[in-house]
Amino acid sequence: MFRPVIMSLALLLGSMVMPAQAASDDSLYQALGQQQGISALMETFILEIADDERIVHHFEKTDIERLHRMLTEQICELSGGPCSYSGDDMVTVHTGMNVTTAEFNALVEDLIAAMEQHEIAVSAQNRLLAILAAMHKEVVNL
Amino acid sequence: MYGKDFAMVRVFFLIMLAVSVVPAAHAEGRLLATGGATTIEGSAGGGIVPWATLSSYAAEGEWGGTVQLNYADVEDYQLDVVGATLNYGNRLELSYARQDFSLSRLGGSLKQDIYGVKVRVAGDVIYGELPQFSIGMQHKRNQTFALPQAVGARSDSGTDYYLAATKAWLDGPFHRTWLANITLRATKANETGLLGFGGDLNNDYELMTEASVGMFLNRHWIVGVEYRQKPNNLGFAAEQDWHDVFVGWFPNKRFAVVGAYTNLKTIAGAPEQKGFYINLQVSL
Repeated sequence: MFRPVIMSLALLLGSMVMPAQAASDDSLYQALGQQQGISALMETFILEIADDERIVHHFEKTDIERLHRMLTEQICELSGGPCSYSGDDMVTVHTGMNVTTAEFNALVEDLIAAMEQHEIAVSAQNRLLAILAAMHKEVVNL
Repeated sequence: MYGKDFAMVRVFFLIMLAVSVVPAAHAEGRLLATGGATTIEGSAGGGIVPWATLSSYAAEGEWGGTVQLNYADVEDYQLDVVGATLNYGNRLELSYARQDFSLSRLGGSLKQDIYGVKVRVAGDVIYGELPQFSIGMQHKRNQTFALPQAVGARSDSGTDYYLAATKAWLDGPFHRTWLANITLRATKANETGLLGFGGDLNNDYELMTEASVGMFLNRHWIVGVEYRQKPNNLGFAAEQDWHDVFVGWFPNKRFAVVGAYTNLKTIAGAPEQKGFYINLQVSL
C-alpha cells in the first residue's frame, strides 16, 4: 500500500540532492545586475548589517570600504562573473570570531533584506543563498 | 458545541494578544519558517507528521516556545487541539496537546492528552550535507476510554516513539526552497490514540512511515503534501492512512498559519472523511 509512496519519495529526494551551484554560467551574475548591481547590493547589505544589533559588534574594527570591495569581488566570482576574489579564505577571515549559527542566520536575513530591497527574483535569491549557506562550516564556531 | 469552540478560540486569541505585546526576549536565532507548524499531536512539524525540526526560533543558548490551536472539520467529526511547546537551545522540545474529537453524527466526544519530548540528535535542516535527525516520543493518555474499550482497544494509554529526518534545499528544483521529511514511528495507537491503544487484531508495536514534502514559493508561503501510514489494530472498523495537501503562511517569526485539505478516509466506519484543517501558531 505505502510502497509506491515511499518509492516516489525516494526518487524525489534523489532528484533533489543536486550538486551545489557550479558557476559554469554567468546567469546568476546577470540576475544580480552584474558588477554594478552586485556592488549596490553589497552596499545595502552592509547597511543592513550596520543596523543589526545582533551582529554589528563583529564589524567594529572592520575597514568598511575594504569589506565592500571584498564582498563585491567574492559574490561576483561566485555568481559566475568575470572577477577573482583577492581576499583571505573564509576560515582565515572568521577564525577567532566565534560566530554562532544564530549570528550566521542574522547575516543571511540581512542579505535577504538587501535582496528584497533590490527586488531580486526569488530564484536568484535562492541561488545566492545556497552558495553562501555552503560556507556555514567555514564561518561558524571558529 | 459551538459555545465551546468559541470559548476555545477566544482563549487562544487572548493568549495570542498577550504574547504579541510581550516586548521581548523573543527567540529568533533561526531562519523564518524553520520552526515549522505544530502537528495535531503537539510536536513541531507539519499538520499530521512530526518533523526533525524543533518548535519556535530558538537557536543554541536560547529558549523558545509556541502556543497553538488546530482545528479540523471533516464530514462526521471535528478535531480541536490546543497545545504549547518549549524549546531549549534548538536541542530539546517539550510539548503538550489536548485533543477533543467531536462525533457530530453519534454525539459525544473522544479526548486525549499528549505529552511530547523531541531531541535533535544530529545535523541541521539547512546547513551541512546531512539532514537534521531527531528522536522523539509522544505519551498519550486517553480520557474517554469507554468507547475505545467497547470497540476492542486494549489500553487507555500508550507511547509512540519516532525517528525523523528533515532536510531543506535552499536552491532546489525550479530554484525554489524545498523541504522533505521522513518519519518512522513505532506505535500501538488507534486513530492517533483517540480510539485507545492496541486491539483485538494486533496488540504489538508496529513501525509506520510518514512523510512530508513542501516547496516554498517565496520566504513566506509554502505548499506541500503529507502522508501518514497508520496501524490497523481494531477489528470493528479498518483504519486507513492519512493524506493532506497544505498551504503554510509565515508572515513573520511571531505567527504562522497552515491550512490543509485533508482526506482522512474512513474513520471508525464512517467513510469519506474529507475536509479542512487549520493550524494557528504563535511563537514566543
